[in-house]
Amino acid sequence: MPNVHQFDVVVVGAGGAGLMAGLYSSRGAKTAVISKLYPTRSHTGAAQGGISAAFGNLEEDKPEWHTYDSVKGSDYLGDQDAIEFMCEEAPQAVLELEHMGLPFDRTPEGRISQRPFGGHTNNVTGKPVRRACHAADRTGHMILQTLYQQCLKNKVTFFDEYQVLDFLIVNRRTAGIVAVELATGEFHTFHAKAVIFATGGHGRIFEVTSNAYAYTGDGAALLLRRGIPLEDMEFFQFHPTGIYKLGILITEGVRGEGGVLINGKGERFMPKYAPTVKDLASRDVVSRAIYTEIREGRGVNSSNYVWLDARPESIARYAAEDGRTNPDGSPYVLSGEQLLAKVPDIIDFCRVYLGVDPLTQMMPTQPTAHYTMGGIPTNKFGEVVIDESNAVFPGLYAAGECACVSVHGANRLGTNSLLDLIVFGKHAGLKAAEYAQQADFEPLPPDPQADSRAQFEKLRNGSGKENAFDITTEMKKVMFDLVGIYRNEKGMQEAITKLDQLKERFQHVKVTDRGRIFNTELFHTWELGNMLDVSEVVAKCALNRRESRGGHSREDFPNRDDSDWLKHTLAWQKNGGVEIRYKPVVITKYPPKERVY
Amino acid sequence: MQVTLKIFRYNPEVDKKIHYETYNFEAQETDRILDLLEHVKGYFDGTLSFRRSCAHGVCGSDAMRINGRNMLACKVLVRDVGGQITIEPLLGLKIQKDLIVDMEPFFDNYKKVLPWFINDSPLPADERERLQSPQQRARFDDTTKCILCAACTTSCPTFWANDDYLGPAAIVTAHRFIYDSRDEAAAERLHILSETSGVARCHTAYNCTLACPREIEITRAIGELKMSMITGKLD
Ligand SMILES: Cc1cc2nc3c(=O)[nH]c(=O)nc-3n(C[C@H](O)[C@H](O)[C@H](O)COP(=O)(O)OP(=O)(O)OC[C@H]3O[C@@H](n4cnc5c(N)ncnc54)[C@H](O)[C@@H]3O)c2cc1C
Ligand code: FES
Repeated sequence: MPNVHQFDVVVVGAGGAGLMAGLYSSRGAKTAVISKLYPTRSHTGAAQGGISAAFGNLEEDKPEWHTYDSVKGSDYLGDQDAIEFMCEEAPQAVLELEHMGLPFDRTPEGRISQRPFGGHTNNVTGKPVRRACHAADRTGHMILQTLYQQCLKNKVTFFDEYQVLDFLIVNRRTAGIVAVELATGEFHTFHAKAVIFATGGHGRIFEVTSNAYAYTGDGAALLLRRGIPLEDMEFFQFHPTGIYKLGILITEGVRGEGGVLINGKGERFMPKYAPTVKDLASRDVVSRAIYTEIREGRGVNSSNYVWLDARPESIARYAAEDGRTNPDGSPYVLSGEQLLAKVPDIIDFCRVYLGVDPLTQMMPTQPTAHYTMGGIPTNKFGEVVIDESNAVFPGLYAAGECACVSVHGANRLGTNSLLDLIVFGKHAGLKAAEYAQQADFEPLPPDPQADSRAQFEKLRNGSGKENAFDITTEMKKVMFDLVGIYRNEKGMQEAITKLDQLKERFQHVKVTDRGRIFNTELFHTWELGNMLDVSEVVAKCALNRRESRGGHSREDFPNRDDSDWLKHTLAWQKNGGVEIRYKPVVITKYPPKERVY
Repeated sequence: MQVTLKIFRYNPEVDKKIHYETYNFEAQETDRILDLLEHVKGYFDGTLSFRRSCAHGVCGSDAMRINGRNMLACKVLVRDVGGQITIEPLLGLKIQKDLIVDMEPFFDNYKKVLPWFINDSPLPADERERLQSPQQRARFDDTTKCILCAACTTSCPTFWANDDYLGPAAIVTAHRFIYDSRDEAAAERLHILSETSGVARCHTAYNCTLACPREIEITRAIGELKMSMITGKLD
């Protein structure tokens, strides 16, 4: 058989989660990290604002507060044991990054600097707390670089620009994966005892998104096709501040530093919706507030966007209005120069893409599809669990945005994803290596590459009467308009019908590139198939959940309904459709209560 | 507005030699060059190949020559370059297909400068962070911004002429560690940079600084390294 490799552990994905998993797994087992992008191109590098840990470097803070804020942020759908575990581990995890050389910004005392972020509060006063550890507005970039560098230092084996197409199951256990080498078009079989998926999210299914082209849900989709369920797929986060039309993210850190949202009438509107934390409420709350303003005709020029104002004089004025002070009690002000030092990339994006200078002008923003809360179900050790009773699938692990632990529940707090990558990436790596040490290799199936070959053949042999780009554009629009921030039964029924039609049309797409070398047309078309599968699950789970919770807002069911819906959704692809079952939420210390900010 | 896109094409499986294809279509002034490439791929020729991911200038996938200058296709708008646009792959790296070049030699150079944090001393007694003042942190801030897109290295005449020259990107990485007050391997890295393939080869053509989409002051960073080699000082 050509191109067969054997590793104890294979990690799929080389973003923050995959690199952390690879680093830890390779200490105890022969490990390969496989990625369709060069590791440093992974989307973790786009993360801006920060990573949370309750150090209290600048004011009082504690992991219990972080835990409670995350539970509340999740709208009580997060599993509290896992959230507590993550928040307790956070300070150690962030220190580990510092010890690996990550260049965090510093306090005058030389400690890691921290800034406020949405939903992170002092639990006594209810006011925003400085919990997000940052390196300017390129925290993710520094995490990605640092982890990649540590992997090089520790001689982790990489297969760069290999796209994983299939997961191999033999005797109901993990047997490996199949990948295609982008440069040659050749298939490779990776025979493995354990596989860790860390393939990121699927935000590209939406029209306006902050997500990279690579965010096509590959890992989730290919496991779905192999009978693994996906959890809580109806929950997708829309970040309040994307650059108008382009969706490029403007970090919440801008509001953390004092920026405020302004409607078309020039009014600051967040105090109406979140009287205590105002512009720093949870993302679902702020995105809905923006939409409400727009719907009620208070968008800018009666259009579908609002302003984000971070001009130094505005920051000073609103800080005074809110009674915000520096840690030493002096009035909070920020000069243009300081803002430039704190969020240089944001200022650059606005200048390049909008021709707007945030130091003197307001930024036009609209909510943008941002983060996949749902995903491959795991426990807090990164083990994939495949049913209502959390039965572990032997040798299969997942971590990062593709996974659902669930620590984010119905709405993720900003800075908790980078933390999730580091904490659960590490534990998935440790667990997989531990498993590989005691497990044997399953035999490979007789023709492991057969299914992958068949999938590609089909794409090459379509009738060609449909264009993949048209299908992509329509899918993104359907999902954004009908399964976006606000949802209702009629719209979602329509979306499901349209998705069915798009799936049917997808059968008639034909890849025109007949070559082997960097056949990017073939790979991208395969990714479209993944996005269509994932979109269907998202839409069906969203239609099924008849309540509003966190990022899932139903116009026809506007309230949270704990008596019927305080439970996780599990969705399987079955007989050409989606089968939905449920599992309970883990509640330890914090019984659900009404969520006000 | 109407744009004319002239794109370098080469597919080793079918083309005997390189050639250019021209595409005319309607575009917006605010479209990214990357959007235009996607459009061509979607509606004119699916075989056109290029790398891309983030689409906003932070992942380093799509450095290429646009009207003769190295840029990220996702960070240049039509209004920045006008309606007549020529797109070619980076120079100095082997062309694999169309706008895709072989990045391995580039990453090999990166790996030569010990691109990882080195500090084998014990942690502070409280086992918390290694302290660093804001001023110490600011010392190497500029060179932490590098996204390894290769725009700088492939704009450098010395690199075109000598495969073994480390190139600006690798030197920038070395700079990021050498001036980090917490790192302990500055001497070793300076030694690597002082070898024949190192900074001495830089003739301050300045191309790299102009090419950097992250606006890193590369020539200045290289100058600082040359100075440190002479004085043995790191401030
Ligand atoms: C603009 C932006 C800003 C953000 N800011 C913050 C922030 O400030 N704080 C915070 O906590 N979170 C933030 N987030 C969220 C956070 O950055 C992401 O959730 C997180 O980085 C995802 O990391 P990951 O390791 O799961 O995936 P990624 O880093 O995206 O890595 C996915 C990897 O999988 C690989 N891959 C995918 N499919 C395949 C396949 N089929 N075969 C092989 N390899 C494959 C890719 O090549 C890549 O290496 C932000 C997100 C965005 C988009
Ligand atoms: S696509 Fe990421 S830098 Fe252009």
